[in-house]
Amino acid sequence: MAHDSGRRLSDPRRDVLGSHGVVEDPQRRRFLQLMAASAALAGGACSGPPPESIVPYVDTPPELGRSDPLFYATAYQRGGYGYGVLVESQFGRATKVEGNPDHPASLGATDVFAQASVLELWDPERSSVVYGDGAIATWSAYDAAWLEVAGRLGRGRGTGLRILTGNVTSPTLVAQMKRLLARYPEARWHSYSPVDPGHAAAGARLAFGKPLDTMLRLDRTRVIVSFDCDFLSEGPAAIRYARDFAGLRRNGAGRVRLYALESTPGLTGANADERIALTPMEIERVAWRIAALIGAAGEIFPAHAPTTRWEQAVAGALKDNAGACVVIAGPRLAPETHALVHAMNARLGNTTHTVDSIAPVAMQAEPMRILAEDMHAGRVSALVLLDVNPVYDAPGALEFLTALKRVPFSVHCGLYRDETGSACTWHLPAPHAYEQWSDTRAYDGTVSIVQPVMRPRFETRSPHGVLARINDEVATDTREIVLRTYRTADRQFATRWQEHLRRGVVADSASAPLATRARTDVAPPKLVESPLVAVFAPSSRTDDGRYANNAWLQELPQPLTQLVWDNAILLGPETARSLAVRNGEVVRATMEGRAVEAPVYVISEHAEKVATLPLGYGRRASGHVGNAVGFDAYALMGLSVSAALTLVRTGRRQQLVSAQINLKLHGREQVRSATTSEFARTPGFARDEKVERTPEETLYPPHPYPTYAWAMAIDLNACIGCGACTIACQAENNIPVVGRDEVRRGREMHWIRVDRYEATRTLPQGAFMPVPCMHCENAPCEAVCPVGATVHDSEGLNVQVYNRCVGTRFCSQNCPYKVRRFNFLKYADSVAPGHEGARNPEVTVRRRGVMEKCTYCVQRISRARINAEKEGRRIRDGEVVTACQAVCPTRAIHFGDLNEPQSEVRTAKASPLDYALLAELNTRPRTTYLARVRNPDPELE
Amino acid sequence: MSRVPQPVSQDIGVLRAGWTYASITDKVADAILGGGWTARWWVAFAVTFAGTAVFFFAIGYLFVVGIGIWGVNIPVAWGYAIGNFVWWIGIGHAGTFISAFLLLLRQKWRTSINRFAEAMTLFAAGIAGLFPILHLGRPWFFYWLMPYPNRMELWPQWRSPLVWDIFAISTYLIVSLVFWYVGLIPDLATLRDRAASRGKQVVYGLLALGWRGEARHWARYESAYLLLAGLATPLVISVHSVVALDFAVAVTPGYHSTIFPPYFVAGALFSGFAMVLTLAIPLRHYFRLHDFITEVHLDHAAKLMLVTSLIITYSYAVEAFMAYYSGSEYEIYTLEDRWTGLYAPVFWTMFVFNSIVPLAFWWRTVRRNVAALLTISILVNVGMWSERFLIVVQSMHRDFMPSAWNDFYPTAWDWTHLFGSIAFFAFLFLLFVRLLPAISIAEMRELVRESNEAKEGT
Repeated sequence: MAHDSGRRLSDPRRDVLGSHGVVEDPQRRRFLQLMAASAALAGGACSGPPPESIVPYVDTPPELGRSDPLFYATAYQRGGYGYGVLVESQFGRATKVEGNPDHPASLGATDVFAQASVLELWDPERSSVVYGDGAIATWSAYDAAWLEVAGRLGRGRGTGLRILTGNVTSPTLVAQMKRLLARYPEARWHSYSPVDPGHAAAGARLAFGKPLDTMLRLDRTRVIVSFDCDFLSEGPAAIRYARDFAGLRRNGAGRVRLYALESTPGLTGANADERIALTPMEIERVAWRIAALIGAAGEIFPAHAPTTRWEQAVAGALKDNAGACVVIAGPRLAPETHALVHAMNARLGNTTHTVDSIAPVAMQAEPMRILAEDMHAGRVSALVLLDVNPVYDAPGALEFLTALKRVPFSVHCGLYRDETGSACTWHLPAPHAYEQWSDTRAYDGTVSIVQPVMRPRFETRSPHGVLARINDEVATDTREIVLRTYRTADRQFATRWQEHLRRGVVADSASAPLATRARTDVAPPKLVESPLVAVFAPSSRTDDGRYANNAWLQELPQPLTQLVWDNAILLGPETARSLAVRNGEVVRATMEGRAVEAPVYVISEHAEKVATLPLGYGRRASGHVGNAVGFDAYALMGLSVSAALTLVRTGRRQQLVSAQINLKLHGREQVRSATTSEFARTPGFARDEKVERTPEETLYPPHPYPTYAWAMAIDLNACIGCGACTIACQAENNIPVVGRDEVRRGREMHWIRVDRYEATRTLPQGAFMPVPCMHCENAPCEAVCPVGATVHDSEGLNVQVYNRCVGTRFCSQNCPYKVRRFNFLKYADSVAPGHEGARNPEVTVRRRGVMEKCTYCVQRISRARINAEKEGRRIRDGEVVTACQAVCPTRAIHFGDLNEPQSEVRTAKASPLDYALLAELNTRPRTTYLARVRNPDPELE
Repeated sequence: MSRVPQPVSQDIGVLRAGWTYASITDKVADAILGGGWTARWWVAFAVTFAGTAVFFFAIGYLFVVGIGIWGVNIPVAWGYAIGNFVWWIGIGHAGTFISAFLLLLRQKWRTSINRFAEAMTLFAAGIAGLFPILHLGRPWFFYWLMPYPNRMELWPQWRSPLVWDIFAISTYLIVSLVFWYVGLIPDLATLRDRAASRGKQVVYGLLALGWRGEARHWARYESAYLLLAGLATPLVISVHSVVALDFAVAVTPGYHSTIFPPYFVAGALFSGFAMVLTLAIPLRHYFRLHDFITEVHLDHAAKLMLVTSLIITYSYAVEAFMAYYSGSEYEIYTLEDRWTGLYAPVFWTMFVFNSIVPLAFWWRTVRRNVAALLTISILVNVGMWSERFLIVVQSMHRDFMPSAWNDFYPTAWDWTHLFGSIAFFAFLFLLFVRLLPAISIAEMRELVRESNEAKEGT
């Protein structure tokens, strides 16, 4: 694994700080605070240097003298839930993120967001200074302002003080909030998640009488039924679930059958064995009918309601696999249906086998709706917003901005001076996740300490620091604040703390499964029909909108549509026909009196009578990358999940940019597939295709590869199409972003792309196919380069010599796979100054006019070779891990040495499913694929 | 001179009756030395000069910003630059074919058109040679394609057809230039002798290399000219064959085809003769050269165009047949896309202009109708450009991986470089007809004598 080549360190600052850890006495601190405040008020002076808590070494530890990068174990958060990451530090700069193999929600992989977080860290548009009343201010000015306000809040009792956060799992933050609520008894805490309506929690309360989190053990399942739940890409456990799920399908094992019902096509549906697209209401009805068939709907739902063959097949599969199946409910289903799904799992005996319930990981605070009402009513006099952006991402129906204008004192602490930061009276810059001390919990409750990887780029204050000052806590140093949560009196604490930091997880902190008893007498929800239903879905690229300013994510093609730099109202083909709209046609969408204008995009997999409105675009104050990209669906959002939507044509058109203009396979055999039964009958089907491998006869002797022979195998059974490989490669290899217009011209630079193909007869759900360079042994590109800028090395790598390349582009013309990328313009310089920090110093930054492509991460091979040669041995199998391989949540990519008899890649290629792309051209690719084996329900064939 | 009566030409088809040595010399040299800088010429000169200026500005902009200003992308990484290159090099074929090939074949009708056709060849081949350099991502390193001794012992990669290209084109250019210049020497001496101003006398005198019209000069001149013709003739075939290999060597459907070398040579002659007609007809009109460039010349050129048109039509048919015969789904798809896809209008334009329209040359009345000839020759130029575009662009936009398909749309800069190069070509040609004899005086004099002998012989 990658982290083995560097070293994970325990907190290196501890040794340095040990003797300098100053404990300040409160009086002195208070005095200094006031002094600072008055000094600032008197002079309005500029702020000084940031409070120094990280200092250089006096004696450099030996590991810092090495050329190898250092890896720090920390955690990254999505929707408030953490997953472990190892952040690579090169000369004190965080440049790359890998998953933490010891963390249950990561197992060594990450999602696209963690990969792109490096760019977020180095984003030149991050907030760097305090703003007060719209003008640049100082920390001391803010502190003085807060002291003045705090004193007035109900004579210090906090009347009218509100705190708004997102989902909070951090034990330290929860402890601080508790201290705050104790310190200001009349203050109130609200939290919200922009993309989660909270139905799962409500459903658990209905079923179990208390809010519980559901934890799936997908690795133990044989049948999965997903009711509108995209568990492969949404939710805090997506990476882990993807791993568990793919593990059952690896190499054509076909040990699980996934039935998916969905309105909006997502990764789960695209990877399902059986899938139907229905309206959200219809999905709920199907859930109740299937529940009735398996006897879990109690007496309430008419058990004799007519059912379809599909529903009977699903019910049959569930009953046949009782105890080894799981039913999953999506976040947008009604709470009653969530309760029903709990009852179904209980009825099927899945509880404790494939489904566990644990105490909620995220702290339950009061909902934002109440806060908005109070703000409108003028009952809020001071509002503290910690790392949230409700002006942008609160449902339009709440009219949050109007409400905020009525709050006399509002403080926003965040990474960007975003829509909310600009509207509040104070904006405080927050440190990035890799610049701060904090802690977080994973979907299963596992605690991770968040430790800084580098010195904060700006003078920032994390939510912990902001709360510490509000609470008048003794320690305002965030490391001290976090330590306080964990510190015990025993003597082993220091060792244990080091271990927490080194491993990236706090041992044995996962929540214990609780014994539950699900009620079975929950009444079905009242379903309101409408001719066109709106579904609000988080974006697979900008999430709830927080990544809108991240150019890597904006340019990463969205899995099913391959759209980049935009969102669009997604429709099914029939619905589009009935509305007489085509791709790119701008419509006016109206809901309960609110309206937005947006282009439509038709997806063949989309449910009819449903319109999906992807959230997370149409930002107004995200920075120059994300502003005015797409439309803001939050503006349309009401307080109920789904409501009637009307779309009216405007007659205008807007060009939507897709990185792949053709999604059809045209009957070609790029993706080969069979069903499990066909595979059992003809195991060699992947090579028995009508295009046979051409006889490999040549006049020349075969080229020997005596040392290493690097090769890759990509398992199409495991690949779920998430795109993490593309962005990991981008981060590792300094791949530039080209922007919307250049993608439209067909000039994206990704070295590994994830192709999407729409459904065919043999691939009813379509297919994903990651395509890096094939590193052909008979590489067509090499023969045609006039200057020898692309050549073969002794280990079988097809290498590109950037400084020799003159840019004839003949290599790309002759590449059958079209994996070569050309710097048509000065792309590497196109990012704003500041982004350079994210660059990998081990990889050349390419200039204008040269060709580039996948190198099999040659820099990682070199590093492994140097380490091996120092120890006088061969490179071990698994020592070289390419960036795409390391990040892959499903381990779909195998890489290694073909000369090593037992190597992982050789084992993978020994599979009968192994086939080469376009083998008939006799290119002899080193990258090969394992054909897809589907496991369809025989009853539905 | 005065003692021997000067022969007067007889009408032999390629030269009308009534011309003497002196009148031919007067006619041709006066176009250069005798004024005639008409307003019409100045307007044409100004327009093409402006176009040339735009062309060089566009090249400068290209160097500063990069080839991203064009519409090229991945998969269509070659665009107008390569299309223009192949088109121009094709145009540059007819001149050497006429002067060298036809000289060896003792075709009399080459005499009056060889000089400007050769000039056309030089200009076209020179402009053609410019495009592969403009096309490079880093044009300032173009010399890396050439073998030159260097400290790192880096040589070109000899398997690449682009390296063969460098040799083929540069050899062709050099031999064509030398051939053209050697042919010019007696005429330059004539101009030197007739020049009134000192400056002209010096310039033409230097260029004439001391030619005095001695018998020894003539003997050496004749043998050198014949040798050069022998040298140039195979190059006519080789240069476009090598250019064709740029494509034929590649694996991509639409490129990968063994018929390309002969097909390209035929296409080159086709477009070359079309350009000869496009230039000869106005030249003949404005300089009143109807007695020198007669209907017979036009008729011959038209016949050659008809033949080469039939060859390329055959090539189109073979390409289609081979695609289906191969059974390769990629070849078949590329072919059918050519007929029905995004670029189908270009294909049908090409087909009509290259294969249908020239069939009119079966009729003698068309071959001798100046307006029809000019129209058809221009249409053929458009058709041949379309063919280059299709081969370069259409083949790439729908190749093996359906996921990688993408379309090419030309930008304003693509058009600027194309029309700029045409303006530059016209500019050079306008300069040529003003500064050098557009028709070979020496050879025309010879023709006068030969016409007499031919008449006497019969």
